[in-house]
Amino acid sequence: MSAVLCKKEFYVKKFDFQHAGKAASDVRKVLMDYGFEQPLVRRVAIAAYEAEMNMVIHGQGGTLTLEINFDCIQLVAEDNGPGISDLRLAMQEGFSTASDEIREIGFGAGMGLPNINRCVDFLGIANKPEGGTVVTMRVNLGGEK
Amino acid sequence: MGMNLYEVVSIVDAEILTPTLDLSREVCCAYGADLLSDVLAFTRPRTLLLTGLFNLQVVRTAEMAELAGIVIVRGKTVDQSLLDLACASQIPILRTKLTMFESCGRLYKAGMLPCSKDEECADNVCRPL
Repeated sequence: MSAVLCKKEFYVKKFDFQHAGKAASDVRKVLMDYGFEQPLVRRVAIAAYEAEMNMVIHGQGGTLTLEINFDCIQLVAEDNGPGISDLRLAMQEGFSTASDEIREIGFGAGMGLPNINRCVDFLGIANKPEGGTVVTMRVNLGGEK
Repeated sequence: MGMNLYEVVSIVDAEILTPTLDLSREVCCAYGADLLSDVLAFTRPRTLLLTGLFNLQVVRTAEMAELAGIVIVRGKTVDQSLLDLACASQIPILRTKLTMFESCGRLYKAGMLPCSKDEECADNVCRPL
């Protein structure tokens, strides 16, 4: 394990569409303050935002943790929801369990996890035994995706 | 060929809802959608978004995807909270009474490029700010 240069936690509330996206915006600002290149910042910001929206919509809220390491940027989204019953389906573009209300605001098209997968170098999804999902995302430093 | 937001304003007869933000910024291409995950997946930095949505998530999406600005179509009423967030995030908001179809059509006719993955607009303007 490499040393952690920076670790920050952001709290995400369920169904709070007024503040949804604030955590990802804060992640983006931290990365820009560190001087990371724009394409890398964009990839991490999009992954963070999709993960945050998943926590707002499906996960009953949760925590988004940003870690900047020497060799990678890691995001961990840990929610309080029911977990994902079929991961294979959840990774499929177009599959969604979102309600019509969520679709009206422009989400719930079944692109969230596939979008995250497109942006990151590593994506791990685990259901916690006590309930909830942990989504781990890593973007390597010093390499183009 | 690049186009700036002032040119977009005149092509789609738009109102400028964020007058304090700079409209001279270059737009590399345009994307029309009401699905925000599609916007996150298929746009490039400095894309112009045309959308019928008018909630805060549109602005957040534009911020994460580093879009050049947003055109809200069909003249919808926009909350001050959206404009405040847009100003804080430096995302210009334009509003046109035209439909999505006509807005996109006029821009395309004026030479605006689609947001395709090929290198049609490789003349520097697609590069991140």
